[in-house]
Amino acid sequence: MTALAALLARDLRLAVRVGGGALIGILFFTLLVTLVPFAVGPDLPLLARLGPAILWLGALLASLLGLDRLLAMDHEDGTLDLILTARVPLELAVAAKALAHWLTTGLPLVIAAPLLGLLLNLDPKATGTIAVTLLAGTPALTFIGLIGAALTVALRRGGLLLAILVLPLTVPILIFGVAASNAAIVGPVPFGTPFTILCALTLISVVIGPFAAAIALRQGLE
Amino acid sequence: MRLVGSDLACVRGGRQVFSRVGFTVCAGEALLVTGPNGAGKSSLLRLVSGLLRPQQGRLELEGGDLELTIAEQAHYLGHQDALKPSLSVQENLRFWTALLGGEAAKSDHALAAVGLDGLAPLPAIYLSAGQRRRLAIARLIAIERPIWLLDEPTSVLDTAAQAMLADLIRAHLADHGLVLVASHGPIGVNGAKQLRLGQQADQGTQSP
Repeated sequence: MTALAALLARDLRLAVRVGGGALIGILFFTLLVTLVPFAVGPDLPLLARLGPAILWLGALLASLLGLDRLLAMDHEDGTLDLILTARVPLELAVAAKALAHWLTTGLPLVIAAPLLGLLLNLDPKATGTIAVTLLAGTPALTFIGLIGAALTVALRRGGLLLAILVLPLTVPILIFGVAASNAAIVGPVPFGTPFTILCALTLISVVIGPFAAAIALRQGLE
Repeated sequence: MRLVGSDLACVRGGRQVFSRVGFTVCAGEALLVTGPNGAGKSSLLRLVSGLLRPQQGRLELEGGDLELTIAEQAHYLGHQDALKPSLSVQENLRFWTALLGGEAAKSDHALAAVGLDGLAPLPAIYLSAGQRRRLAIARLIAIERPIWLLDEPTSVLDTAAQAMLADLIRAHLADHGLVLVASHGPIGVNGAKQLRLGQQADQGTQSP
């Protein structure tokens, strides 16, 4: 248990130090959402209708950005070799790394979403709902991304391949995340239906992600 | 405690690195793995540490902890020092100690043993290659594990640090540890067994 806590604490610390890259995702998210009103124009009802989709799309793309750092950096400097000889199951070790990654890249997106909603003419209730759906959905993006990160770990600069691998798998999260946000804002579907499916998708990826990533890492031992 | 490898074969990238390699190391013994470049010294150590899978053969640890794999009872010191440049010397070592199941109190003692105690708060990015390796060696002392797998540990060390490493290896052997060293030169330990790799590979290239 101390080993996993140490891994989590170290990854959190690394993310906020120089070169850690915790800010990349949130900056990209802010840039994207800030630019949309300029592109769409001053049509306030249209902005409000696009709002949930734009926030979700931004969050999805922003969470892809940092994924190539999730395991590749530990692979390059040999830390992954040490993790493999530690007395903790590899599944739990990669889950701890993914959790740290979500805390430093996913959670800031959730917190920033209500502020950026102002630029998209969303009222407080709507932005609150979107933040809740992001809170429920972004862990799934990280844990699905974990599988892609494990598959591409040995490739140098495998970031683009990683995005292509992971993106199709994240489409259901995007669909149900936006559906749940829209359901709460304009109806007519009750919020609970798509939101429950979104939560279920997250739970499934949190369980499957670490196992699949550990299998991929063990296969890649060469 | 006895580590026995028998009839080991290793394939990397479709190439047979070595085959029919066997060795026995008992507690308190060191095995010096030698051979030309590409003979499979590093591969053999990675194989013992569980980072590579043998194509065939058996690897057994007699008298070890049955609950743990060989890898979980071994220290692997490879070419990469597994340092995070933005963490300080002390933070790097503390992390390894917690991850690999050592006591936090011993990590300070280990820093002193490799002569890095004055640099504890310094970010690892400022360390020289030799200092980085010494920090990696501190891991061996901070966390007690019976098997040491050292892959060319002296390659970037100065003579004083090489002598220090030899002392550490002798102390570990006196403490009934097992040491496997891949090296081109002597490691300063008397009575080390030798395993020479590469003869079979040479024969293979001579007779196409």
